[in-house]
Amino acid sequence: MINKVVSNVQEALEGVEDNMTLMLGGFGLCGIPENSIAELVKKGIKNLTCISNNAGVDDFGLGLLLHKRQIKKMISSYVGENDEFERQMLSGELEVDLIPQGSLAERCRAGGAGIPAFFTPAGYGTEVAEGKEIRDFNGKPHILEHALTADFAIVKAWKGDAAGNLIFKATAKNFNPMMAMAGTITIAEVEELVPAGALNPNEIHTPGIFVQRIFQGERFEKRIEQRTVRS
Amino acid sequence: MLDKIGIAKRIAQELHDNTYVNLGIGIPTLVANYVPKGISVEFQSENGILGMGAFPLSGEEDADLINAGKQTITALDGAVYFDSATSFAMIRGKHVQLTVLGAMEVSENGDIANWKIPGRMVKGMGGAMDLVASAENIIVAMMHTNKKGDSKMLKQCSLPLTGVACVKKIVTNLAVLEVMPQGGFKLLERAPGVSVQEIMDATQGSLLVDGDIPEMDLK
Repeated sequence: MINKVVSNVQEALEGVEDNMTLMLGGFGLCGIPENSIAELVKKGIKNLTCISNNAGVDDFGLGLLLHKRQIKKMISSYVGENDEFERQMLSGELEVDLIPQGSLAERCRAGGAGIPAFFTPAGYGTEVAEGKEIRDFNGKPHILEHALTADFAIVKAWKGDAAGNLIFKATAKNFNPMMAMAGTITIAEVEELVPAGALNPNEIHTPGIFVQRIFQGERFEKRIEQRTVRS
Repeated sequence: MLDKIGIAKRIAQELHDNTYVNLGIGIPTLVANYVPKGISVEFQSENGILGMGAFPLSGEEDADLINAGKQTITALDGAVYFDSATSFAMIRGKHVQLTVLGAMEVSENGDIANWKIPGRMVKGMGGAMDLVASAENIIVAMMHTNKKGDSKMLKQCSLPLTGVACVKKIVTNLAVLEVMPQGGFKLLERAPGVSVQEIMDATQGSLLVDGDIPEMDLK
């Protein structure tokens, strides 16, 4: 077994520098690598290109990096929860690529899977298709989309073992598995770090081969964006 | 005239037994509250759950269990969680039979615009483009006119498109309409208390009114 464990978030983020491209897991605030994001803010790393489905809220998640102007470019599918994001985007301070969520997911998966490009019907006839090759399959037009990779992918999991194997909880899974595959170096932040052998191989979601560094997050706030209840 | 709940109730009548359904954020989410008795429908949420249930009881909220609108939810018996690539494989691979989503504008040939108002509101398309490009059956839930009273049922969309020639059926606060294969809206039903003339006045795109138009039946 190859040991992937690092002691803390500082060690986990060693080598992350200005101008890099990062992938960050999560959907809204669900399944985000909170401890790593806090450390990136602390380190003041800037000019980042961040690939993440959303941009957090104004005072949590990637919103914290946006607030400190550490992000130069975002590649996301939806940024509606974050007013600062919308403001920076509309004013031109922040470069933004808005891409369909399914294409974002598949581009990350393809990046990790050695598939350089693929065709999808999503976005045909819209501005997403501009400048891209179009080809007909089964009488229907499809757009050519290219794989996405990152210098570092930072993912969040529920449990992980020393070999880097990961298990995710409920809808906190979302983009984490594909981004784990697509990072040149993948950093996994987990709630529970266990010894190799503690996880049932039948139950592992992401094989440790995709993960280079794993650490137990010091503290997880797990903020709820919209607390909705029934009476 | 219908309110949001009325629109959701009318759309719920379109649900077929033993189908998988994706509900967009906003009015479409309400459809889950009005599933007709005796039919089995499973709700898929693009962020990675099949078998989505109602909101939890107070005190039972789970930060790891949310829907596409980032609201806390529950999971029903038989539910399953999966990653985003698998989620969109279900959607793009046509395993989800019905998609219900909102719109800012719909055109008479079935184009839909619901993600961007240039220079003003650019929230992003999320999963909408994948959903409309692949779904066999798309129902749009929307207001017939905007706050200023301008029609949102147009000859051609003025806003950036989410998808082309994909909308089949629309339920608004005023009416149920379908998009005909050859193009043009066709009026199917009137909302309670709404006249055909009101609907015609509120529809900028071409509208076929053929015979007597029944009122919606919302028991």
